Amino acid sequence: MKYLQLVWAALARRKTRTVLTILSVLVAFLLFGLLDGVRAAFNAGGTLAGVDRMVVSSRFSIIQPLPESLVARVRATPGVRRTTWANWFGGYYREPKNQLIIFAVAPGYFDVYPDYGVGKPMLEAFERTRTGVLVGASLAKRFGWKVGDKLPVMGSIFPNKATGETTWQFDIVGIYTAPSAKSRALEQQVLLHWKYFDEANAYGSGDVGWIIVQVADPQRSAEVAQAIDALSANSDHETKTQTEQEFNLSFAKQVGDIGLIVTAIIGAVFFTLMLLTGNTMAQAVRERIPELATLKTLGFTDRGVLGLVFLESVLLIVTGGTLGLVLASILTPIVSAASGGMLELPPIGLASWLTGFALMVAVGAIVGVLPALRAKRLRIVDALAGR
Amino acid sequence: MTALVEIRDVSKAYVRGRQSVEVLHHISLDIRQGDFLALMGPSGSGKTTLLNLIGGLDSPTSGNISVGGKRIDQLGGTALAKWRAANVGFIFQFYNLLPMLSAQKNVEVPLLLTKLSAAERRRNAAIALTLVHLADRAHHKPNELSGGQQQRVAIARAIVSDPTLLVCDEPTGDLDRQSAEEVLGLLQVLNREHGKTIVMVTHDPKAADHATHTLHLEKGNLVEQAA
Ligand SMILES: Nc1ncnc2c1ncn2[C@@H]1O[C@H](COP(=O)(O)OP(=O)(O)OP(=O)(O)O)[C@@H](O)[C@H]1O
Ligand SMILES: [Mg+2]
Repeated sequence: MKYLQLVWAALARRKTRTVLTILSVLVAFLLFGLLDGVRAAFNAGGTLAGVDRMVVSSRFSIIQPLPESLVARVRATPGVRRTTWANWFGGYYREPKNQLIIFAVAPGYFDVYPDYGVGKPMLEAFERTRTGVLVGASLAKRFGWKVGDKLPVMGSIFPNKATGETTWQFDIVGIYTAPSAKSRALEQQVLLHWKYFDEANAYGSGDVGWIIVQVADPQRSAEVAQAIDALSANSDHETKTQTEQEFNLSFAKQVGDIGLIVTAIIGAVFFTLMLLTGNTMAQAVRERIPELATLKTLGFTDRGVLGLVFLESVLLIVTGGTLGLVLASILTPIVSAASGGMLELPPIGLASWLTGFALMVAVGAIVGVLPALRAKRLRIVDALAGR
Repeated sequence: MTALVEIRDVSKAYVRGRQSVEVLHHISLDIRQGDFLALMGPSGSGKTTLLNLIGGLDSPTSGNISVGGKRIDQLGGTALAKWRAANVGFIFQFYNLLPMLSAQKNVEVPLLLTKLSAAERRRNAAIALTLVHLADRAHHKPNELSGGQQQRVAIARAIVSDPTLLVCDEPTGDLDRQSAEEVLGLLQVLNREHGKTIVMVTHDPKAADHATHTLHLEKGNLVEQAA
């Protein structure tokens, strides 16, 4: 690597330009780092093996409900320890920009989800009040809600049967705090009684949004899932049993193919990056023609000079790219924490680092190839004579 | 003494577009080991072209060139590059130093192509710089040195891997009288005390006076030395 000093010298020749180029590479890879985890999460299948909770929902669309009668049959499936269920209740608080995540939850929901940190006294208060809701601490803090407050919600799907309007009035009976940082995102939710929701909403009753299954032996989750889906095979409500992670993603996927969108954004950024750095490298070689000719005069081979320029290009991109990914891994937890669970960016994993490095080398190579070939083809006598 | 450089019936033509222009015509010339040859002639007469052929920077269109018994006119690009690294030192009118590197690092560049360790490279470069009286300027960049000093760094770079042959294209063309004298004095020392064979292109008769022989080129032909 004794030739590296020549490469550094070349990069140091125009410090401002090198720094600016590295910065643009850095920004591109910062974006890559932040988005690649999102993309990977959306494209990943998720595996059932080892999970102890699964979600049973309509095979065709998560907004298509399941019949309540299915719950008992799912519960009777061998290997199922507990079941509960929930429905989506869309709505906002005061203004449409304050969209709320509201679930109508069945009895036993908090047995399956200790992650909410809803203790016994709070649960009792909840069960006593038909129109009662539990709200997460982060959300309560954001809007200044207290226990005992009325919570008016503009429902975006379900009208109230009694009034015919989509305005609902709930009573806050508890504010829960998630016991671990991992489940902090749950603090963004509002939970109401499924029974009340089912009786009071104007559309059909006995509809279950999705069923949550807790299995007895996580090692056998895949088998249990198969058995559950077999219950409704060939009916008008066929189900799909999947991991919670997959289920959560399918909500976001309704917006569109997020993985594809993210990939397209990253693609556009890198296309621009390549044009930019490609131009920079071409310029860098053009103004160094006499120096490259001198190296050849001193005995550097055509291939040697090609390698030097190539190395310069790759080094430039790898430097900027590594800084970008490091910055991304520093920022990811900060952004996630600052958003109070609203935005869960996955940490930069090994897969992202490896993809990132492969991308750096590839971009460096693509950007470096033309300037390197130009350096290789350079004829000494012409270059020395300034031709 | 036998000839170090043997040039036999060498012609060189440049192709410009569809036209081919011959700029050297059937040149034959012997340069003996230990010679200090000055090559003179009007502008455009082919001096640089001939020098580049001798230094292995370019290949003749026809004819043979051998240096130290080795035919270099038949070598390919890579072999020629390796041959240059081992056998020839180059000195140009405009020094051609790498602007980002210190004098010391510039002199070390040819040694990057050898198997020497970093410490050995440093040591050999320091010796070469001492030889051209620039040990105290080792850490200066080219733009912190005068023209004469830069040319002496270039000389140090040319001799650092101990080649037998030095080729110089108007080495004093860009220098004032005093700096030119220093450079020419150095070349003379290298020729007399270190046994380097030198071929130097120059327009300056005073520079040619430092050489042991002088040859004139005119329109691509060697002409007998005017008395
Ligand atoms: N690479 C080239 N392509 C085409 N023509 C060239 C090339 N190099 C030199 N020539 C032509 O060959 C002729 C000899 O050029 P050369 O550089 O050898 O002259 P010179 O004697 O060194 O002149 P000067 O004293 O001006 O340096 C000139 O007419 C020049 O235009
Ligand atoms: Mg010339």
